[in-house]
Amino acid sequence: MSKRSWPVVTPVPKLAALTLISLGLIAGCAKKEDGGAAPTGGGDKSAAKVAPAAPTTPGVTATEIKIGQTMPYSGPASAYGVIGKGDVAYFKMINAKGGIHGRKINLISLDDSYSPPKAVEQTRKLVESDGVAFIFNSLGTANVTAVQQYLNDKKIPQLFVATGAEKWANPSKFPWTMGWQPSYRVEAKIYARYLQKEKPKAKVCVLFQNDDFGKDYLAGLKDILGDGYEKMVIKTASYEVSDPTVDSQLVTLQGAGCDTLITAATPKFAAQTIRKIFDLGWKPFHILSNVSVSIASVLKPAGLDKSVGIVTGAYLKDPNDPNMATDPGMAEYRAWVKEWAPELDPNDNSLLFAYGVSMTMVKVLEQCGDDLSRENIMKQAANLNKFTISIATPGTELTTTANDFHPFSQMQLAKFNGTHYEPFGEVLSAD
Amino acid sequence: MTVVTTAASITPVRRFDQRMLWLAALLALAILGPLLVSDYHVFQATQIVVYAVAVLGLNLLTGFSGQISLGNGAFFALGSYVAVILLSKAGVPYWITPVAAGAVCFGAGYLFGRSAARLEGLYLALATFALATAFPQILKLELFERWTGGNQGVVLSKPVSPIPDLLGNDQWLYYYCLAVAIALYIVAWNLVRGRTGRALVALRDHPVAAATMGVNVVSYKSTAFGVSAMYTGVAGALGALAAGFISPDSFTILVSIQILVGGVVGGITSIFGTLFGAAFIQLVPDLTKKLSEVAGALGMPALASKLSDAAPAVLYGVLLIVFMMVMPGGIAGLVRSARARLTRTRRNHVKT
Repeated sequence: MSKRSWPVVTPVPKLAALTLISLGLIAGCAKKEDGGAAPTGGGDKSAAKVAPAAPTTPGVTATEIKIGQTMPYSGPASAYGVIGKGDVAYFKMINAKGGIHGRKINLISLDDSYSPPKAVEQTRKLVESDGVAFIFNSLGTANVTAVQQYLNDKKIPQLFVATGAEKWANPSKFPWTMGWQPSYRVEAKIYARYLQKEKPKAKVCVLFQNDDFGKDYLAGLKDILGDGYEKMVIKTASYEVSDPTVDSQLVTLQGAGCDTLITAATPKFAAQTIRKIFDLGWKPFHILSNVSVSIASVLKPAGLDKSVGIVTGAYLKDPNDPNMATDPGMAEYRAWVKEWAPELDPNDNSLLFAYGVSMTMVKVLEQCGDDLSRENIMKQAANLNKFTISIATPGTELTTTANDFHPFSQMQLAKFNGTHYEPFGEVLSAD
Repeated sequence: MTVVTTAASITPVRRFDQRMLWLAALLALAILGPLLVSDYHVFQATQIVVYAVAVLGLNLLTGFSGQISLGNGAFFALGSYVAVILLSKAGVPYWITPVAAGAVCFGAGYLFGRSAARLEGLYLALATFALATAFPQILKLELFERWTGGNQGVVLSKPVSPIPDLLGNDQWLYYYCLAVAIALYIVAWNLVRGRTGRALVALRDHPVAAATMGVNVVSYKSTAFGVSAMYTGVAGALGALAAGFISPDSFTILVSIQILVGGVVGGITSIFGTLFGAAFIQLVPDLTKKLSEVAGALGMPALASKLSDAAPAVLYGVLLIVFMMVMPGGIAGLVRSARARLTRTRRNHVKT
């Protein structure tokens, strides 16, 4: 491919080929890093405040509530696009049943390619051009951060964002933003509570990813253990996302003499960790961060037999658990997938996530009654009272207040038995 | 005979006028358009201007000096970060930041070009590809976190319009970007039409001959890299101001690919083609999405639901291939050949 012969107007075919090849390469690398899983619930008695319809809320008419979101339908995180499709499918079902107080939900779900500048553009399109009432379940920590100030400045609710960062629960600074799933910090607090209660003499090692995600876990452990942190956590080691392996970190941790290992790692490194500690003959009580619990993408590559005994915190039911086959909440979920999203895989935790988060959204809108002002939507989102979700871990409840923007702050520990996760012990709360 | 001479002597003048006319129309559109549309569309237009400058940077390098770069996204990122760090940590006024970003990127690009000057064709493409892939990881390093904000990125407060009664913030930023872009286009125009441009084209078309004629190969190649990086860096700085947020995730390898797509679609050896290229990468992805939705609604629902997310990407790919086949010189090439054909027929008419 010498460029010597490129004439003025036609250097293009080679470039074109190169361009297309690169595009193909990139389309091929979709990665996935979220997870989550467990069961249900149900009720609610919250205040449905009936006030005259606020005709001033953009996107709200007598027959429709227009809302928007951005999702990585293309790009490096396109595996998460399932969540957006699940959200849309859920509202289709709600609309077929007559909507909410007579209004259909029109969710405009746009592609942001997992790129923050694109998320800014698409969110502005939703707000300024499509005129949505609020933003629901946009995905990705960076993308949500990119539009957080903009939406808060405009006083537009940014509800139930699909990321586990702790920072969404900051009502004094960002009163218009709220997460949904247990944050990483909440998850770590729950592990700390468990250890404090069941294994107060544990010698804990922590392996964490050296970024906000990993550091949230350390922060959560410190929150609960307080002064006891130094005593209980005897060694920590970090890795960079760019590291090829975590072998040396694990050897160091094993040498420290820990009997408990908390791994705050994304899927690739979690799989490496499981494999390596098995090879080292190290048998710690192994707690694994919820983002890496996927059986298909983490445990199988590491070896299912080597994964037995792994413990994690679950907040949604496990679709792979055979005991869940007869669970009414899961049966309803599977029926919904069959009718409204037949092309999607019901065993995908992301789809279950979409189902749960959309259910919460519907609950909030029902609570709003006829007052669909943005103020009231936000007020009702912060007014969930022991709401239970049919596909969440039994015993978990969603509660929010004006000062507490953590809808989910409970989890139940579950242990991997070689085929699925078996819940054990009681539901633990971070607070 | 006399008639032919007259026609020949008139044509250049008329052509010149025509070009000026087009340019004036374009400028009028660029200046007046944003006064009439919504803030969101102004924001989109700003993005197009930003991309246009980035694509122009690539065209100077790939189109004129013949060096392929898949790594201009790295310079785009560098420019963004320089601007943002100056703005948020050093309190420098926003309108200087693109200048600083351009200077830093020129240096970085020159050094990179110097070390890569011996690489040709695909090898250079691979080296630049590596640069663009590695750069976001470097931004995440804890060592620099104090400045870069690490994974979290940095949120900026957007530039505020000094004349809020006349222009909104978005419009103000648009005109600012437009002014910077116009200046850069004029520089590029003069650059490629002067001695440097001729030397670069000579290098591209026949490096050995160019060297024999006294063109300093390494120096020109690295300068071309520096200039290209400077343009891309300025675009990055403007882009950061427009988006109001940067993080390593903003600058995946896709940014480089987009710039390349813009260059190829607009016409890699053209300056004004970059405008079409920029419009293409900004507008077509949404367009294909809309098209595939319409197709879905029009009665292929079964097929559409299966393909719905793949469809826009496929359509985008198909469009790209069609572009390559129908107009290998990009949109600028098409315009050029259409004009050539038109003038030829006109002359023939005159003859007969």
